[in-house]
Order: sequence, then structure tokens, then C-alpha cells
Amino acid sequence: MRNLLKIIILVLIAAGCCALYLFHDLKGSFDYALPRRVVKVVAMVITGFTIAYATVVFQTITHNRILTPSIMGLDALYLLLQTIIIFFLGSDHIIVTNKQLNFLISLVAMIVFALLLYRFLFKKGRQQIYFLLLVGIIVGTFFSSISTFFQVLIDPNEFQIVQDRMFASFNNINPDLVWLSLVIVGGAIIYAWRYITYLDVLSLGREVAINLGVPYDSIVRQMLIIVAIFISISTALVGPITFFGLIVANLSYQFFKTYKHKTLITGAIVLSIIALVGGQWVVERIFTFSTTLSVIINFVGGVYFIYLLLKERKAA
Amino acid sequence: MIQVKSLSKFYGKKAVVEDVSVTIQPRKITSFIGPNGAGKSTLLSMVSRLLDADTGEVLIDNTNVKKMKSNDFAKRVSILKQSNYMNVRLTIRELVSFGRFPYSKGRLTEEDERIVDQSLEYMHLSDLQHRYLDELSGGQRQRAFIAMVIAQDTEYILLDEPLNNLDMKHSVQIMKILRRLVDDLGKTVVIVLHDINFASVYSDWIIALKDGRVVKDGPTEEIIQSSALKEIYDMDIPIQDMGNCRICVYFNS
Repeated sequence: MRNLLKIIILVLIAAGCCALYLFHDLKGSFDYALPRRVVKVVAMVITGFTIAYATVVFQTITHNRILTPSIMGLDALYLLLQTIIIFFLGSDHIIVTNKQLNFLISLVAMIVFALLLYRFLFKKGRQQIYFLLLVGIIVGTFFSSISTFFQVLIDPNEFQIVQDRMFASFNNINPDLVWLSLVIVGGAIIYAWRYITYLDVLSLGREVAINLGVPYDSIVRQMLIIVAIFISISTALVGPITFFGLIVANLSYQFFKTYKHKTLITGAIVLSIIALVGGQWVVERIFTFSTTLSVIINFVGGVYFIYLLLKERKAA
Repeated sequence: MIQVKSLSKFYGKKAVVEDVSVTIQPRKITSFIGPNGAGKSTLLSMVSRLLDADTGEVLIDNTNVKKMKSNDFAKRVSILKQSNYMNVRLTIRELVSFGRFPYSKGRLTEEDERIVDQSLEYMHLSDLQHRYLDELSGGQRQRAFIAMVIAQDTEYILLDEPLNNLDMKHSVQIMKILRRLVDDLGKTVVIVLHDINFASVYSDWIIALKDGRVVKDGPTEEIIQSSALKEIYDMDIPIQDMGNCRICVYFNS
């Protein structure tokens, strides 16, 4: 019950952040500024939702609280894709300028990549998850290295465009993509929500989970596919931001101290909405766009990550 | 009744379990004994579907395990492995409540709560029920896991070396509880044991494995014989009768 109260308070804060973002300094511009702000807020909510959900689920499956799904190399693939497209086709090509097309290509490429990667997992074996992660790290590093290689060779003006894609940004979001993402995420969540109590059992480990009648391999498989879809959507929508998930997932664990994923995931989602919408408001109104949200998130996240490592060391 | 029919498991070309066929009698304690690497745990894992067998099949009351739904299987057979590391922080009561998961999917009914209470009572854990697992001693933890399995209320209970890392007192305590599960509640217990004296004193039936094959399969009196043990362990083990117990004196043989 105390956790329910905490969630209600967090939801109120999140609603307050959204209201502040939407209506602060609006000066009666209901036709022009408000719809644009609504799109941004919806984009931030989708991003917060997908990242929080994907990270908590991923950490439960891997039994590790300092991993993020970016270890599978999806954002590295996104950057490689963008770099290669701009390198070979130029920044004025339709795939770069047409955001819908770019979104769809990135989305499909990431999901296909994730499914190929999961082929390793679908094969039977005992340490399959760690093998998957290992392959993900290697392939991800490979993608990053190739991206860097092309970025060194690329025309400096084109590099500006690539650099723009390297950091998540909510400043220039296409409304059509937001609604499309909303539909995909909505569909996935309706599908996945019934598995949420299974996640509680998964956190007890494979053997206990199977003993308790959870079809472990099939649930892990489905959950990983949803993680891949969510990460792909948020990355294609705003750019690489998976590091953010680490912060909100761990904040949620600290804050709720429960094993129930219904609470943990809801908490992480609301926390990430507060961080994104509140953070974006700070970026726009206090820093007046002199920095981007993802720079702040990476800075705060980095500090928090070091704190986590130090704390884990003390506990050991 | 659990029937295991020519079950095999290979790692690479090495057979860990090879062509094993055994029948597990209902309402008895059956012990699997044998040297390290004999395939006891592997066999138990295959029976409890933690591990897929390469060949052969397992029948539970004449139904092939592979044809059963995971959830239905979990209502009939429970398995407890030797290491139960987990990275979530749970109280004993929360852990034992998970035993009701096959029935209620996490939404406990009053009936479930009652069964959880009974299981805690049965394992003498009622006073400790709100303690966290990481604050417990090895024996208490092991009892908590057994309480979860009791709450799961299955006809068959499979345990992989439940006495690992336990001292004499706690080992005896656990074995007595298992005996009561069989005698009072009519459960069928299958257990992997390393200490043959516990197998001798507490089990009704013993199946001995060696190099992935069954070497002995019979009632306890037949297996706890110097000649049979010689075949299983390659050791000359004298046997002493003490009260009602047959004790294997293997320490200096």
C-alpha cells in the first residue's frame, strides 16, 4: 500500500511536469505552440515508457542490474546505419531528409538485427543468454568502430548531420512518427502486459521459474523481442538514449524495494517521464537550448553509475 | 508413478546419462546415490524438465511429460536444485507464496494464504516468516525453499542434494520432514544424496548410478550390502547394524 501511495505521488509529479511543460509561458498560443508541445510531450512519454520497460525487463532476464539493452548493440547499429547512409548517399538524399522513411528503415534494420542475434538464443543451450550478450557486445563494438571509421573520412559538413544523430534530441520530432510509435507501443504493451507476473517468477532464476510452471524459454524469447522493438522505437524516434534506462530502473528498485514487476515497471516508467519532461523543460527554459537533454542525462547517469559501482563494491 | 524410459543425455560425444530406465514407486522415498559425475543430478533435471533429454521419455502416471503443459506439470511435480542463488530480496513468506504461483498466478486467494501458513508451520518457519532470505543461515534457507515446494502441493517432490552444506542436526531435521511428507501426506519424494547413511536410514528404495548407467535398483535392504556397495563405489564398505539402522562404515575402507 505504501508503494501505491508512492506511485500516486510520482504520477502527480509527472502530470505536474507535463502541465508545466505544456502551459508555461504559452502566452495564449493555443494554435501554434500547444500542438507542437503536445507532440514533444507524447514523444517523451513514449521514450520514457519504452526505455523504462525494456530496461527493467532486460535486467530481470539477465539477472543483472547494471546492464542496459544497449549491450545488444542496437544503438550502435542505428548510428552505423545513419553514418553509412549519409556517407554514401549524402545528407540531401531522401532517406536522410524524409523522416518517415528514415524511421522505418532504422526500425526494420534494428528489429531484423535483433531477431538474427536471437537466433543464437533460440538454439538450445545452457548459457545462452550470456552467449547472446557476448555476441551483442562484439557486434556492437564492431558497428561503433566502423561508424568511427566513416566519420573520420566523411566531409566535415556532412559530419555535422551525423553528429546531430548521435545524441538523443526531442527538439525536432515528426508528429506522424510519434503517432505511429504510439500505435506500435500500444499494441506491444497489450500483448506483453499479461506476462508481467511471470517476470516476478523469472527473477527467481531459471530453475525455480520452470519448477513453478513458467515456460521459461518461450517467455524469455518473447520478452527479448519486445525489448528489441521498444529500444528500436525509442532509438529511431529520438536517438540513442538507452543509458537513461539504467538510471530510472535502478531508481525504481531503490525507491520501491519490491520484487513485484507491476510496481517496479510502473515506477520506472513514471520516473522516466518525470526526468524527460522535467529535464527538457530545464533545458529549454533555464539553459535556453544551450545544451541537449541527453548530455545532461548522460552526465547525471554517469555520476549515478559510478555511485552504483562504489556501493556494490561496499556491499560485496 | 514416474516411469523413465531409456533416457540419455550427451555433452558432445560423452554420455552423461546413458539409456537409463527406472520406475519410481509412489508414496515412497527413492534415493539416487552414486559417485560424483555418475549423472544423478542430470537424470533428476531431465525428469523435472529443467533439461531436455537427447533420447528417451519420461511418463508421469502414463502421460508423457512433453505433452503436459508447464503449468499442469508444476501442479504435479516440483523440483528443488542444490543452488538457489537469486538476486531479488525476498522474505520467507514471499518465497513460500511463490509456491502457489501455478495455481493463482501471483494473486493469492484466501485458500492460498492458508496453504502458505500451513507450509510455514510445517517447516517451523512461522516465527521467521518476515525475515529476508539473505539474513538466514543455510539450514533456514533450505527449509524456506522446502516450504515453498510444500506450498506448491505436488504429488511428486524431487530434491537435488538438499543436505548440501548442512550440519548433522539440520540434515537430520530435513530428512525427518521428508519422511513425514511421505508417511503423513502421501507424497512421493525422489532425492539425490551423497551420504549413503542418510540414504540407508531414510529411504525406501535406492537407485545407484555409475558412469551414467543404473548399476543397482532395489529396496534399501538389498542395496546397503557390502557386495552391492563394492560394485557402486569400488570400495570395501563394512556394514554395521545399530538399532534399526544399517550404517556403512566407509571412513577407513
